[in-house]
Amino acid sequence: MSDPDLHEVSLIVNGIEYSETVESRWSLADFLRQKLGLTGTHLGCEHGVCGACTVLLEGQTVRSCLTLAVQANRKSIETVEGLAPSPTELNTLQQAFWENHGLQCGFCTPGILMTLTEFLRDNPDPSEADVREALSGNICRCTGYQGIVAAALDAAAKMRADSS
Amino acid sequence: MPSDGLQLLRFMKPAPFKYHRVSSLPEATSLLASLDNARILAGGQSLMPMMNLRYVMVDHLIDLNEALDLAGIRIDENRAHIGAMTRQRDILSSPELVARSPIFAEALQQVGHIQTRNRGTLGGSLCHLDPAAELAGLMTLHDATLTLSKQNAERRVSMDEFAMGYMTPCTEPDEILTSISFEPWPAGHGFDFREFSRRHGDFAIVGVATLLTVDADGRIDRIACVLIGTDYKPVRLNEVETNLRGKKPSEDIFRAAGETARNIDMLEDALIPESYRKQLAAVLLRRSLQSASEKAVRTRNV
Repeated sequence: MSDPDLHEVSLIVNGIEYSETVESRWSLADFLRQKLGLTGTHLGCEHGVCGACTVLLEGQTVRSCLTLAVQANRKSIETVEGLAPSPTELNTLQQAFWENHGLQCGFCTPGILMTLTEFLRDNPDPSEADVREALSGNICRCTGYQGIVAAALDAAAKMRADSS
Repeated sequence: MPSDGLQLLRFMKPAPFKYHRVSSLPEATSLLASLDNARILAGGQSLMPMMNLRYVMVDHLIDLNEALDLAGIRIDENRAHIGAMTRQRDILSSPELVARSPIFAEALQQVGHIQTRNRGTLGGSLCHLDPAAELAGLMTLHDATLTLSKQNAERRVSMDEFAMGYMTPCTEPDEILTSISFEPWPAGHGFDFREFSRRHGDFAIVGVATLLTVDADGRIDRIACVLIGTDYKPVRLNEVETNLRGKKPSEDIFRAAGETARNIDMLEDALIPESYRKQLAAVLLRRSLQSASEKAVRTRNV
């Protein structure tokens, strides 16, 4: 077998700068989990269907299983580990999930939180239909989505109240 | 080699390839001309899954994501130009394009999900050429011109010429789709895009796109209709257009037009029999014509 195709990358993840060597075929998801130890980003289908691996790349949600680690060079990434303000507190969105039964097994939750982080930033006052459409790229097999939708609407209301 | 052998195993999804990041089209075409078994990486929303599943194995991957000369939307006096690396999100949120051709917003909302539109590109979608691709349908609907470039040369083709076969564009191994252009319809035209899929964001089983205008008498004077998901490429409904031109919009003529869709041969697969596609096409076409004509009549009467 020929030598692996290696590249130097430097990127910022949750505000921390990393410089690493990556093989070109590593996905961003595998890189985050295996190389940086940030296992909050989950991998479900690994071909772009389930949404569990959603992270923010330059402030926009992407499937990290369909993005190569080498493509994140000189980019900023946010993962679920970056949401909470401290190790003992949840942010408004996470707290709303806690209070509205927005998760059961929790496997899909990191991807859903990242999707909603972008969505609520861009749409502070969404309708229930808007939220359901925004969630269409994330699969949850436990909740039936009711608790997730309730949590998103609750978080949106609290974020609006906080910013006014 | 990475130091940890176990890590190497865990990291294996796609087969190994050599990665090339390019920052311009000339760099990409010269690289593409010099490499064997090379593929272009656009948004990666179709190619990466196929590589992860090892349906596709490449020796070289040429990444266009930093080739900024290939992205952007420009509208001059009578034509809209969209670079192949323009992301679906940016087409959907382009106020200028959506004001001139609002059907783009209606169709793009049906393309995948927020996360895939953030990465997915116009060129990537056209070159992947899924039979149900909304963007390919819009190209056929607008009689768009596609520009293919290679080292020191370029050529222009129609969507019909571009789609050579099932998921097979006419690009030569050393060619790259670089941009598309089309003439937006006049202000106030009627438009409608609708599709049926099992869940929002899934590939459509059947989709219909319609543009039309009505004259001062309220008669249809210009019309374009396209079906997606029914054949390996978008199907322009020339016969329906001819039959409706000069007619006044009515439920009866649109119902009759919808029924003619049943005469068209359609794809059949393990999940969807041809008869179901025909049923969907007849219903969706009727509704699409109705909705587009209502919009055209409304703007006429404003």
